[in-house]
Amino acid sequence: MTSHDATHRESAAAVSAENALGGEHYLNHGRGLWSWLTTLDHKRIGIMYLVSILAAFLLGGVFALLLRTELLTPQQTIMKADTYNQMFTLHGAVMIFLFIIPGIPAALGNFVLPLMLGAKDVAFPRLNLASYYLWVSGALFALISMITGAVDTGWTFYTPYSTTTSTSVIAMVFGAFVLGFSSIFTGLNFVVTIHKMRPPAMTWFKMPLFLWGLYGTAIIQILATPVLGITLLLIIAERALGVGIFDPALGGDPVLFQHFFWFYSHPAVYIMILPAMGVISELMATFSRKRIFGYAAIAGSSIAIAVISFLVWGHHMFVSGQSNLAGMIFSFLTFLVAIPSAIKVFNWIATMYKGSVWLATPMLYALSFLFLFGIGGLTGLFLGALATDVHLHDTYFVVAHFHYVMFGGTVMGFLGGLHYWWPKMFGRMYSERWGRIAALLIFVGFNVTFFAQFVMGSQGMPRRYYNYLPEFTTYHVISTLGSYLLAAGLLIVLIYLIHSLTKGQPAPANPWGAATAEWQTPSPPPHDNFLRDPVVDDPYDLERWRWDAELAGYRLEGAAARPAGAV
Amino acid sequence: MGPSWIQGGGGGGFWLPPAASTGAGPVDTLFYFILAISVIFFALIVGLMILFVVRYRRRAGRDPERSPAHNTPLEITWSVIPLAIVIGIFAWGFKVFMDLATPPANAYEVQVTAQKWSWLYTYPNGHVENVLHVPGDRPVKLVMTSEDVIHSFFVPAFRVKRDVVPGRYSTLWFAALEPGEYQVYCTEYCGTGHSDMLSKVVVHPPGGFEKWLEDASNILNTLPPAEAGERLYRTRGCVQCHSMDGAAGIGPTFRGLVGTRRAMRGGALVIADENYIRESILEPQAQVVAGFEPVMPTYKGRLKDEEITALIAFMKSLKGENKGGQ
Amino acid sequence: MSHTPPHGEAHDPHLAHHFPDATTQFEAGKLGMWIFLATEILLFGGLFCAYAVYRANHPEIFMYAHQFLDKVLGGINTAVLIISSLTMAWAVRAAQLGHQRALTRLLAATIAMGFVFLGIKYVEYEHKWKEGLLPGTHFNYPLPEVPAAAPPVAADPAPVGVPAGDASTIAPAARGPAGLADPAAARPPAPPVVPRNVQIFFGIYFTMTGLHGLHVIAGMITLMWILRRARRGEFGPRYFTPVDLAGLYWHLVDLIWIYLFPLLYLIH
Repeated sequence: MTSHDATHRESAAAVSAENALGGEHYLNHGRGLWSWLTTLDHKRIGIMYLVSILAAFLLGGVFALLLRTELLTPQQTIMKADTYNQMFTLHGAVMIFLFIIPGIPAALGNFVLPLMLGAKDVAFPRLNLASYYLWVSGALFALISMITGAVDTGWTFYTPYSTTTSTSVIAMVFGAFVLGFSSIFTGLNFVVTIHKMRPPAMTWFKMPLFLWGLYGTAIIQILATPVLGITLLLIIAERALGVGIFDPALGGDPVLFQHFFWFYSHPAVYIMILPAMGVISELMATFSRKRIFGYAAIAGSSIAIAVISFLVWGHHMFVSGQSNLAGMIFSFLTFLVAIPSAIKVFNWIATMYKGSVWLATPMLYALSFLFLFGIGGLTGLFLGALATDVHLHDTYFVVAHFHYVMFGGTVMGFLGGLHYWWPKMFGRMYSERWGRIAALLIFVGFNVTFFAQFVMGSQGMPRRYYNYLPEFTTYHVISTLGSYLLAAGLLIVLIYLIHSLTKGQPAPANPWGAATAEWQTPSPPPHDNFLRDPVVDDPYDLERWRWDAELAGYRLEGAAARPAGAV
Repeated sequence: MGPSWIQGGGGGGFWLPPAASTGAGPVDTLFYFILAISVIFFALIVGLMILFVVRYRRRAGRDPERSPAHNTPLEITWSVIPLAIVIGIFAWGFKVFMDLATPPANAYEVQVTAQKWSWLYTYPNGHVENVLHVPGDRPVKLVMTSEDVIHSFFVPAFRVKRDVVPGRYSTLWFAALEPGEYQVYCTEYCGTGHSDMLSKVVVHPPGGFEKWLEDASNILNTLPPAEAGERLYRTRGCVQCHSMDGAAGIGPTFRGLVGTRRAMRGGALVIADENYIRESILEPQAQVVAGFEPVMPTYKGRLKDEEITALIAFMKSLKGENKGGQ
Repeated sequence: MSHTPPHGEAHDPHLAHHFPDATTQFEAGKLGMWIFLATEILLFGGLFCAYAVYRANHPEIFMYAHQFLDKVLGGINTAVLIISSLTMAWAVRAAQLGHQRALTRLLAATIAMGFVFLGIKYVEYEHKWKEGLLPGTHFNYPLPEVPAAAPPVAADPAPVGVPAGDASTIAPAARGPAGLADPAAARPPAPPVVPRNVQIFFGIYFTMTGLHGLHVIAGMITLMWILRRARRGEFGPRYFTPVDLAGLYWHLVDLIWIYLFPLLYLIH
C-alpha cells in the first residue's frame, strides 16, 4: 500500500461516508482563486462553465425581456428600430453561442462524464481547461462587439447584409469562431474519453444513456463546427479584405453563404438537443424507479440523429431559390430525422408504465420536456413539409417552433439535470417546495409566451419585425406578459439554488436512488472522484438501491453495515 | 385585413388568414391535416404521460412491478406507423409545392425590384410604382430581384413567399380568387426599415386592371407637375424615408426644403436648389446632409428626367417650417 | 478505472494520473490527434466546396486566371513539402529507435523545408501584389480588352463575337486560352476570351493558400518546440508521442497542399 492509499483511509474516516461537506472534497481541495483558474479538475472546470453559461443565459434573457417589452405596442415602445435589431441579434447570438451550445456538455457533462465512467478525469484535462478559456475569450469578443456598435444582422449573419452593414460584425463573428473551437475541443475530449476510459465492465451497450447523448453530440461538434469556422472566416475576409465571395457585384453568391452556414447550424441544433435527451433518459429511469425502456433504440437513435442531422440543412432554404429537387430531398430527409426523436419519446413514456413515479423537481422538468418538446417536434412537421413551409418560413411560427424545442426541450433538460446533479456537485439539497413552484411557473409562463406566437405566425406575422400591424397586438401582449412570468420562474430558481449553497440540507451520496457510478461517491466528491473503486455495472439496475430514511437517501443493498465510500 | 375571426370568407379561422388564391386552399388542407395528426399524437403522448404519472405514482411500501424493458413488436409498430405518416406528409407537401412553384404559361408578368426599404413594380408597359396592381382574371407571375441585400416577398393571403436576391432573378406566381387588397410583407431581415417594408397587392375586377394601368402610366401628361410629383413621391420609394410634414425620418423631410441652406456631413454648406435635388436623386452619396446616414439608393436609370422635374415641382409646393426635420 | 497503476509505471514521469497505463494514454493521444485532423479536413472542406461550386458555375474564370500562377514555383513547393513529410516520418522513426542525433537533424530539416516553402510562397504573393492580382475589390490587374468580333480565322469554330464582358459558360471555356492539346494547333491561336469576375479566382486562391500557409506556420512553431524538447533528450523508445502526433499534423498539412496544387495550378 502506498502512502497515497493511507491518506485516503484517513480522510474517509474523517468525513461522513455520504456527505463530505465537513471534510475534504473537490471544492476545498485547493484554496484561492488561482487554484481555480489553473485547475485541471474536470469538476471544477464544469462548475466554472456552469457559472459562466448561467451568466450568459441571464444576459440573453435580459435582451429577450427588453425586446418583448418593445413589442408591447405596434410602433415604438421603448427603443428605436436599430436598437431593436441589435437586441434580437444579441439575444440570439448570446443564447446560442454562449449558452445553449456549450450548455449541458460543458456545465453538466464535464462534471458527470468521468464520474459515470468511474474515471479520474477526462482524457485531456489541459485541453479541457483550454476549452474553458476559449469560451471566455469568445465571450470577451462578443462583449467587445456589444460595446463597439453591436451587431444588427440576426444571429444568422446572412450576406450581403452582414458583409455591408456598419455594425461591429467582425468582433462578434470572431468571437463565434473562437467559441467554435471551444466546442470542438470539448467534443474531441469527450469522444476520446468515452472510447478509451470506460471501465472494463462497461461495454458500449452498458453505458448510461446520458453518455450516448454526449457521444452523439460530440460527433456533431467535431464534424460540423469546423464548417462554421470557415464560414465565419469568410465573412471576416469579405468585410476586411473585400474578397467578394458572397458579393454578387463581384461575381459572388450570397446564397452560398446560407448553404455553408446551415451546414453547421442545423447539426448544431442537435448539439443542443441530444445532451438534453440524454438527461431525460436518466431522469425518466431514476424517477420511475425502473429500467429505461428500449435502451438499444434510444442509444441507436442518438447516433441516427447525429448522422442524419448532416443531411437536412436545406430545409432552412426552401424559399431561397435552391432547386425543387434539392427541396424535395431535404424535405424527405427532414421527415426521416424526426422518427428517432419520436422513438425516444415513446420509450420514455413506456418507462413510466408500471413504475413508481416520484414527482421530485428533476422529474417535473422531465415531464415538462415531454410536453413542450412534443409540441416543438410536432410543429416541425409543418415546417418540414414544403408547401406549408412556404407560408410559415420567416414568420413567428418558426420562432415559436424553435423556442419550444430549444427552451422547452434543451433548457428543460438542462434545468432537470441541474436539479438532479446539484446535490452531488455541492453536497446540498435545495428547497423542494420552491423547486416545484418555480417549475410550474416556468411551464405556464413558457406556454403563454410562445404558444400565441404559433398562431401569430400562421396568420402571417413575419419575424424580426420592430413595428407590426395593429391586428397582431393582442398576440404580442399575451406573449410579452408570458415572458415576464417565465422570467419570474427562472429568477426563483436562481434564488433558491444559491440559497441552498449555504443553507440547504446536506445531501447524501445518492438522494435519488440512481444506479450510475457518480452516486457511489460522497456529495460533493473528493478531488480524485472516488474513495474506492465504484461498482460500475448495469446503469439501470435500480433495484439494488434501497431507501434509507435515516440517510434521507438511497443505499446499496448489502451495504447497510458500511456506508458507501468508506474504505 | 383584420384578424381572421373578424373576416368571413373561405378558409380563414383561428390559424390561417382567409385563403385568397387558387394555391392557398391546398396548402390549408395540408396544414389542417398536419394539425390533426399533431393533435392526435400530442393527446396520446400527454394523455399517457398523465395517466402513468397518476396510476403509477410512488406509494410507500409499493415497489415498481416487474415489466419488460423492451418489446420488439411494440417498438417496431411505433416506429413504422409514424414513419409511414410522415412520408405521406412529405409526399403531399411536395406535390402541393410543385404546383406553387410552377407558374402557368399564360401568367401576366410583372417585374419586382426590392431595395432597402421599399418594393417597386415595373409593369410590361414600363410604368413603375410601389403598389402591385394585378388583373383578377389571370394568373400573375412576378420576376424579382434585389438592388442590395436579400429581401423576401410574402403575401400571407395567397400563401406565397420567395426570397429576392441581388444578382439573380427569382419567380413566384399566384392566381387571386377575388378582387381586393392583400398585404405584402418583406420577410427576410434587411436592416432598419425591414418591418416598414410593406406593400399591397390590389386585385382588380375583370376590365379594371387595364384601365388602371392606362391612367397610372400617364400621370405626367394628365396631372399638373406638382401632383404628378406627389404621385411619384408616394409610389417610387421616396415616402418611406422622407416625410412631407416636417418630421425627420431615415432621410430629411421635404417640407420647407427647396431654397434653404443645408449643412452637409463634412461641414460644407449647400443651397438646396434644383441641381442639388437632382444630384441627390441620381448620386445620393455625393453629399449627405449632416445628421443622416448615407443609405439612400441611387435612382440613376430608374427615374426619367421628366419625373425628376415633377418631383422637384412637388417639393417646391411643400412650403412651410420644417420643424427641425432638417 | 481509478485504481493504482502497476508499480513500474507508477513512477513513469510521463504517465498522467488519470490514465490507468501508458498504453491507454498513448492510444488516447493518437485518437485525439486523428479527430483533430478530421476537424481540419472539414475546415478546409468548406473552401474546397466553395472552389467546386464556383468552378462548376464559372469554369471560364478558372481556365483563364490560373495562368497567372507559376507552375514551376508551385511544383517546387510541392516537392519541398513531400520531402519534408519524408524527413518528418523518418524523425518519428528515429525517436522510436532512440537515435537522438538523427531525430534532431531530421526535425531541423523538416523545419528548414517549411521555411523554403514559405519563402517561395512569399515570392509568389509578392508578385501577385505587385501585379494587382488580388481578390475582390482590390483586383486591379489591367486585363486585355477583347475586340467585339474576333478576327475571322478560317477553320476556327470558336464563338466569335463574344463580347469582353460576357461570362458565358459554354464553348469559351472549352476553347480556353492555354493548355488544350488542339489538333488544329497550326491555326493562329484565338484571342483569349477574358471572362468577367476574374477576381473570384484570386479570392479562392488567397483564402485557400493563405489558410494553408497559416497552418504551415503553426506546424513549424510546433515542430520548433518539439525540436527543443528533442535536443534536451526527452524522447526515446519509451516516449515519443509528441513527435508522432506532430508528425501526423505535418502530414496533413502536406496532404492538403497536394490537393491544392493541381486544383489551383494545373487546371486544364
